[in-house]
Amino acid sequence: MNLKKTVGGFVGANLFAHRPLLVRMNLHPQVQPNSMKLWKFFRQLLFPGMKHLLVIPLLLAALPASGAEFTVLRPQQSSITFVSKQMGVPVEGSFRKFTARIAVDPARPEAGTARIDIDLASIDTGNAEADTEVAGKAWFDTKNYPAASFVSGSVKQSGRERYEALGKMTIKGKTLDIRTPFTLKQSADTLVIDGVFPLKRLDYGIGSGIWSDTDTVADEVHIRFHFTVARK
Amino acid sequence: MTDRYTRTAITLHWAIALLIFAAFPLGVYMHDLPLSPGKLRLYSYHKWIGVSIFVLAVLRVLWRFTHRPPPLPDSMPRWEKFAANTVHYLLYVLIFAVPLSGWLMSSAKGIQTVWFGVLPLPDLVAKNKELGDLLKEVHEGLNFIMLGVILAHIGAAFKHHFIERDGILARMIPFLGRNT
Repeated sequence: MNLKKTVGGFVGANLFAHRPLLVRMNLHPQVQPNSMKLWKFFRQLLFPGMKHLLVIPLLLAALPASGAEFTVLRPQQSSITFVSKQMGVPVEGSFRKFTARIAVDPARPEAGTARIDIDLASIDTGNAEADTEVAGKAWFDTKNYPAASFVSGSVKQSGRERYEALGKMTIKGKTLDIRTPFTLKQSADTLVIDGVFPLKRLDYGIGSGIWSDTDTVADEVHIRFHFTVARK
Repeated sequence: MTDRYTRTAITLHWAIALLIFAAFPLGVYMHDLPLSPGKLRLYSYHKWIGVSIFVLAVLRVLWRFTHRPPPLPDSMPRWEKFAANTVHYLLYVLIFAVPLSGWLMSSAKGIQTVWFGVLPLPDLVAKNKELGDLLKEVHEGLNFIMLGVILAHIGAAFKHHFIERDGILARMIPFLGRNT
């Protein structure tokens, strides 16, 4: 425990400060303050030679918490689509623009985090008139609320490759808890995250006024997400 | 005249006629409306009527193949018989083609047709904007051809009934026959 702490502190110092330190040592060895001499002494004691400066970050990289994480979204292989019901007919649409900051280590998905921001004006309902309509005040009101966001909270496993995420969804200035199941599929260099969850549009005031008639456009909308994430 | 269409043929004829008289003006009216729940409802009703016409058209053609219609009277000149047969043939084609083009258009525009909101029809084409726009033109064009053919059909019926007074219309409206 003690050793770990020491190493941790040491590494931290080195990661951020070893370059100026070395520069200072080389250029002005005679003006090293006492604390620096002490520092150097302990360093030599624990890790003889300078190679450790490279080794330690590599060791860190091998720890699951950092290097094994999948963090780089591949937008071309990712999508956010939705299915709404109009007069009993399921109609699919999508959002063309979104950003997803995801960090998931398949070995510890419970520690994974995600923040998704959706550009609501990038909606594609399949009909230009409907695209304009849903940008309006009664629907997303994109002028005042250009983006919707999801911020993950806890993640727990619910089966083989199956998980459930709790998080906060903010649309039109309203933040509500949502829960979504998802699956993780890992291949050689990518991790694919898939899930679908229901959302009640009226909870967020999406489609108010005449559109609040749920016989025409159902309240429940299914949001489907597909993210392909690579390692750094 | 004892020659007239069977009761089934008459029923199918008038049922389809009524549905066309509902769906056509509805289609003309609804497509220009601003988007609203009402518009979505009207579109669904229009599609339900169209599918109904298609189903009745299938029954009608099956009936037509198994039951010979009464022959055209010999008082009609050859060109009139040809014109009558052509118009009838076109109408048979159109009661299939018009609903079919609407159904395909709906699929291409990414909205499945669900008859009465209950029975989903398969999407025979995938969602495709260009195809959807093309099928819209086709649907519209076929409808205006149908409008012309129906006007000719009605005009001919009136000509037979009011000018020639040859009892042709009574073959499709039996109670007219009782007076002659």
